[in-house]
Amino acid sequence: MAGKTTTIRMLATLSKPDAGTARIFGYDLATEGDRIRSRISLTGQYASLDEDLTGLENLVMMAGLMGYGRKEAKTRAKELLTAFGLEDAAKRQVKNYSGGMRRRIDIAASLVVTPDLLFLDEPTAGLDPRSRNQVWDIVRTLVSTGTTVLLTTQYLEEADQLADRIAVINQGKIIAEGTSSELKASVGTGTLTVQLVNAEDRDRTIELLKQKLSVGIHTGTDPTTLTAQVSDPSLVAEALGALTQERIAISDFSLGRPSLDEVFLTLTGQAAETENV
Amino acid sequence: MIDSTELRKQITVDERLQDAISSTSRPKRPSAVSSTMVFATRALLRIRHVPEQMFDVTLFPIIFLLMFTYLFGGAIAGSTADYLQFLLPGILVMTVAQITMYTGIDLNNDIRKGIFDRFRTLPIWLPSALIGALLVDVIRYSMASFIMIGLGLALGFRPEGGLSGVLMAIGMILIFSFSLSWIWTTLGLIVRSEKSLMMLSFLVMMPLTFVSNVFVDPSTLPSWLQGFVEINPISILATAVRGFMHGTATFEQVMWVLIVSLLFVAIFAPLTMYLYRNKK
Repeated sequence: MAGKTTTIRMLATLSKPDAGTARIFGYDLATEGDRIRSRISLTGQYASLDEDLTGLENLVMMAGLMGYGRKEAKTRAKELLTAFGLEDAAKRQVKNYSGGMRRRIDIAASLVVTPDLLFLDEPTAGLDPRSRNQVWDIVRTLVSTGTTVLLTTQYLEEADQLADRIAVINQGKIIAEGTSSELKASVGTGTLTVQLVNAEDRDRTIELLKQKLSVGIHTGTDPTTLTAQVSDPSLVAEALGALTQERIAISDFSLGRPSLDEVFLTLTGQAAETENV
Repeated sequence: MIDSTELRKQITVDERLQDAISSTSRPKRPSAVSSTMVFATRALLRIRHVPEQMFDVTLFPIIFLLMFTYLFGGAIAGSTADYLQFLLPGILVMTVAQITMYTGIDLNNDIRKGIFDRFRTLPIWLPSALIGALLVDVIRYSMASFIMIGLGLALGFRPEGGLSGVLMAIGMILIFSFSLSWIWTTLGLIVRSEKSLMMLSFLVMMPLTFVSNVFVDPSTLPSWLQGFVEINPISILATAVRGFMHGTATFEQVMWVLIVSLLFVAIFAPLTMYLYRNKK
């Protein structure tokens, strides 16, 4: 509850903001809720269907509420069930669906009429990897057909995989925003890892790297491994050159881009949650 | 390893997904009537899938009628047959009035699941969600009424008002119950859990149904209690229902039922809708 769900609920016209304004497609959230509602769809954190009804009945109901006639509603519901790989479960009550199936029918219910903007609140929370990949595929397909998707997630890998723009929320405030690359670049180029051949060289190496990179050097439990967060990759080449000159033998080195996890921890200094746009 | 049939299935699903998502043209926003019908259909489907929820309109009336007829019949009226003439209209009112509270419980359940949020993000005439459910409840109430009257007839109840009188009486009960339900929908939106809602409804309904003219002639009560019994909506309805069943209904009795019903709707329907729309 660090602000993701609240934000989504306000944007989907479910809760009124205490202060401030927001516009969606140019419509004011406070006064033009009806116009917004006709262009958005929401799939909340909890199954938002009637669990006692079957999958087919639920989708027919949703189609009816979107304005389809009785017959078209049924056709549309069946089309969606097939598209989401649920045709075999059409006549089963939703309460007997597995977690992944439930997510899919939930999302399908939001797509009876393709919305211009779809809110997905933690769509993969608690799913196994296979179901998660299915949800990811659905999101990618949606985006490719022109729907804007605003999804929240706790998993930074998910944000990295799906999002064009990411906003990181910590304790109700956006602390960083941008593309995945921008966020990564903002905390430095990445992590330099140096693996020494001889542990005796350790102190000498730390001195040398500190001098060349002018950042803190981290040591781990393995006495031959040293890591540092570097911002300028050109310094790394110089530092490695200096090591060779001093005849310090290294068995391995790597310079990796930081993962979003590292970005996040650097930004917040603590574990928290993220929202990606 | 994914075998080739699995892979092919995956690919066709993806294409279908693409088609299904991109092929939609937005239909016209549904009219208030058609969205109400969709919600009524949902309530009917729920009865089909969860038939246990019909116990309240089938077993309740039977147990209540048998219990009170034979428990109080001898003591209050001297004979069960005489008492039944007096009791049946009242106990019918009491039973139906009590089962109206399930409307609030259903709504309360919807809120705690996500479906309530989904309905609220739809571009529909929002009261239809409640009116659709209430219309099906009216069917349930009439079912309870017919079961109870049927059993009463078998036990020796003889309405002097005839068939038309009985039907008018049921009509009164349905109008009143539909109106009363809005109190429970209001409470269903305020109260946090199903349990506390149950408790609260009993707290309201127990005194209302017992301290009324359903079981006893109010002239036997102390005068301060008579005052309450007279303005108790349950008494007002029971009087009119008795009147119709025994062919003695007056215009005034009917008017009072309609006034009370109208008051319930006028106060609690807008309140319900306000809470429904603004629930956090």
